[in-house]
Amino acid sequence: MSAKIDTALPLEYQTEQNRMNILGFWIFLGAEIVLFATLFGVYGVLGHRHAGGPMQQDLFIIKDVMIQTMLLLTSSFTMGIAIFEMRRHQLKGMLVWLVITLLLGGGFLYMEIQEFTHYVHQGATMQTSAFLSSFFVLLGTHGLHVTLGIGWAVLLIIQLLQRGLTPVTARKTFIIGLYWHFLDVVWIFIFTFVYLAGLVS
Amino acid sequence: MEKTTKSFPISHVIGFFMSLLLTFGAAWVALQTSLPMNTIIWIIGSLAVTQAALQLYMFMHMNEGEDKAALTINILYAAFIAVVIVAGSIWVMFSGHSH
Amino acid sequence: MGINWSEFFVTGDPLILASQIAIVLTSVGAVAALTYFKKWKWLWKDWLTTVDHKKIGILYILVGILMFFRGGVDGLMMRAQTSVPENTFLDAQHYNEVFTTHGVVMILFVAMPLLIGVMNFVVPLQIGARDVAFPQLNALSFWLTFSGAMLFNISFVIGGSPDAGWTSYFPLAGKEFSPGIGNNFYAVALQIAGAGTLMSGINFVVTILKMRIKGMTMLKMPMFTWTSFITSIIIVASFPIFTVALALMTFDRIFGTHFFTISGGGMDMLWANLFWLWGHPEVYIVVLPAFGILSEVISTFARKTLYGYKSMVISITLIAVLSMLVWVHHFFTMGNSSAANSFFSITTMMIAIPTGVKVFNWLFTMRKGRIKFTTAMLWALAFVPNFVIGGVTGVMLAMAAADYQYHNTLFLVAHFHYVLIPGVVFPLFAAFYYWWPKMFGYILNEKIGKWHFWLFTIGFNLTFMPMFFLGLDGAVRRAYTYSEETGFGPLMLTSAIGAIILAAGFAVLVYNIYWSARYADRNISNDPWDARTLEWATASPVQHYNFAVLPEVKSLDAFWHMKKNNEIKTLNEDEIEEIHMPSNTWIPFYMGNVFLVAGFFLVFEWTIAAAIASIGIFAGLIFRSFDYDEGFHVHKDEIIKTESSWRNVGKGVKNHVS
Repeated sequence: MSAKIDTALPLEYQTEQNRMNILGFWIFLGAEIVLFATLFGVYGVLGHRHAGGPMQQDLFIIKDVMIQTMLLLTSSFTMGIAIFEMRRHQLKGMLVWLVITLLLGGGFLYMEIQEFTHYVHQGATMQTSAFLSSFFVLLGTHGLHVTLGIGWAVLLIIQLLQRGLTPVTARKTFIIGLYWHFLDVVWIFIFTFVYLAGLVS
Repeated sequence: MEKTTKSFPISHVIGFFMSLLLTFGAAWVALQTSLPMNTIIWIIGSLAVTQAALQLYMFMHMNEGEDKAALTINILYAAFIAVVIVAGSIWVMFSGHSH
Repeated sequence: MGINWSEFFVTGDPLILASQIAIVLTSVGAVAALTYFKKWKWLWKDWLTTVDHKKIGILYILVGILMFFRGGVDGLMMRAQTSVPENTFLDAQHYNEVFTTHGVVMILFVAMPLLIGVMNFVVPLQIGARDVAFPQLNALSFWLTFSGAMLFNISFVIGGSPDAGWTSYFPLAGKEFSPGIGNNFYAVALQIAGAGTLMSGINFVVTILKMRIKGMTMLKMPMFTWTSFITSIIIVASFPIFTVALALMTFDRIFGTHFFTISGGGMDMLWANLFWLWGHPEVYIVVLPAFGILSEVISTFARKTLYGYKSMVISITLIAVLSMLVWVHHFFTMGNSSAANSFFSITTMMIAIPTGVKVFNWLFTMRKGRIKFTTAMLWALAFVPNFVIGGVTGVMLAMAAADYQYHNTLFLVAHFHYVLIPGVVFPLFAAFYYWWPKMFGYILNEKIGKWHFWLFTIGFNLTFMPMFFLGLDGAVRRAYTYSEETGFGPLMLTSAIGAIILAAGFAVLVYNIYWSARYADRNISNDPWDARTLEWATASPVQHYNFAVLPEVKSLDAFWHMKKNNEIKTLNEDEIEEIHMPSNTWIPFYMGNVFLVAGFFLVFEWTIAAAIASIGIFAGLIFRSFDYDEGFHVHKDEIIKTESSWRNVGKGVKNHVS
């Protein structure tokens, strides 16, 4: 609990409390892996049960999915650069890359909402079939995570502007970085097992 | 730390290009080849796992800090549970004569 | 949002009307008493906003005991209804509600809070820490658990109880067959409490990994800390599954999706699959810390180091892995392939191996020990034979082919009560008697404790032993009545009589707490049992900063070796430094309340109101994000004063065991 500061380490690892928070967040990500795995499992079981409603091939548009994927992949990269800048103690560069990351994330969300609205207009709603229930809840959970991540990052940017780079703000930024990369990892699996696999069959 | 002095994020750029390569590779295998379904799933699944590992090591700094052993065990155990949940549920729900 | 106020309060049953009146009177009484004795400020400062792991632990235990009363009354009502054939004390619907709430309350709001409460109190002390890794998060865990418990608890007077069993299988639990809102209470209340539990799990994993005292390597940790650690890992690995399952249930019931419905391509058994993917590890979540308690108690009162420490560690680690691989044994009769049933039969039987290792280790710990028959030790001794009955019948149930005979009978009910009561409740009682002096500074009366012990164990065996035979004779579980021709009458009556004795045992515990709080000797040392682990190295009750000077550990049973080697240091004022502690916070209490309100609206399917209430949740999160409170420092003078007040008591202190 003591606030001993070890300046030989990067800012986010300098206090014991910081190291505990980062480890705790990794454990939380372990729980998130289990949470998403359960949703993937549900999709794996129900994904072929269309109940006479639309199927994957009727709905998915590969071009839009590729754009969404690019947006999120790039945002994960820019988030990485933001953390890289943070380790060089470049507050300004870090803020710029954080804002770019959020814009890319916002673009992804916009595309996803468009996609969902499009499906609903085609009569493919959460209530249509087991496939669509599991599809919307899996994708929706991911989208909700992205939304929360954007809101969280905005709060953090305000704190960075107020307080500059301190061990505490650096730790918070590092953790949200982990969160953001994790959401990209989840998307990779959605892209692979929902979209690509859905378009193969 | 060595990384703090570097001015160009070379490992990030490499990671980014590799993830692009893996993504387009998976899309190509899935949409442009006529391999059997199962083969495709195995290939694109492996590409996804590779890309996840890439993110963990190149972007998420999993291999640094004093707790890296705990982090590795944590992620491996979570991955094990994930496989149990997904494969187990699919096996159990489809193996029986009730379907 | 059509609100049907006539269905808001449950009406028409005299039992429920009496409870409603009792709840109103108790609430009014509590408010009046707090106001009269001017205790509001004390309540707020010392308890509602506390982040002290010891106080949070005590709060958990308090909730657990209150809910134990609730769940126990449910159980007694069931035994009363089935005591004679064709009884009309409860109707079928009421019986359904009572067995549902009994199961949910006992597992999720009794066993879990009591164990997490003991973990909260004991683990940081055992590892020589001053709090858990995330004290505020810990408070949030408690308040979410509390909100979940309260939301679930009011269902029987407002809106109607859930009535589809604690497993709430679909399609019965779906909207088609349970159109009321009762099952929404299940889905929403357990979701809120589950979120709290998950946070506790993360908190304890980090606490145990990062906050151990100097010298305490993983293999020098006390066994209770080890089991708490493994339990926390299982919590992190399994609670997210339940989170998803409950969310999907909520979607099906409130938003018309098709996950578990018969129509629209849903699969009802997918619910069972997800439920038990979480539900089986949950059994180990409650039983492992209880095993840890037994290890501490047996080793203390046998006055020997725990036998086979390393094999214990390997066993619980194996249990953690295997516990995730056995879930299908709960629905062997679904019609799985024989390959699936065989696989899960084998993994289930394999769990008996590490569990058996543990039982032998306890026996070998006692072998040639100088056993002290304290009340805590009696519970540990009674655990062994009773739990073995539960375990062996578990292996019987593990055989998929035979399970077709046992499935859904009272044999199963007897089995899991023989696992959960000796395996969780006995150890918890042992924990109360053992750690009570550490929590409150006095010992629970041993003589009354023995009455508690004998009434409870005899009552327990009398209640549940007949169920094995009833089950083999074909008595199904969850049936609200039976005809005289079945011949179940005499054994059912025996069971009901046993339940009364069991309840009398519980009443004696409550009386013991009352008696000891009033009359017990306060003049006890910090180490009344001559115990072995670090929590006994500091004052009783423990001062808020736990340890003035952090001890250094060289071996297992660290405190025991310090005593034997005369390494207990007297207070050296120069060594004392200021201690940094976390500040109290109102946010967790506030969050518990907004979750309760939002959850309540969601239960009633007032989705717009729920959405508005959840703005309050985000407000709390945002406030927390901008909160840069860095805690406070305890001054040297205060530490010296506190330390000398308990260290220098000198003679006249009565040790219970020496």
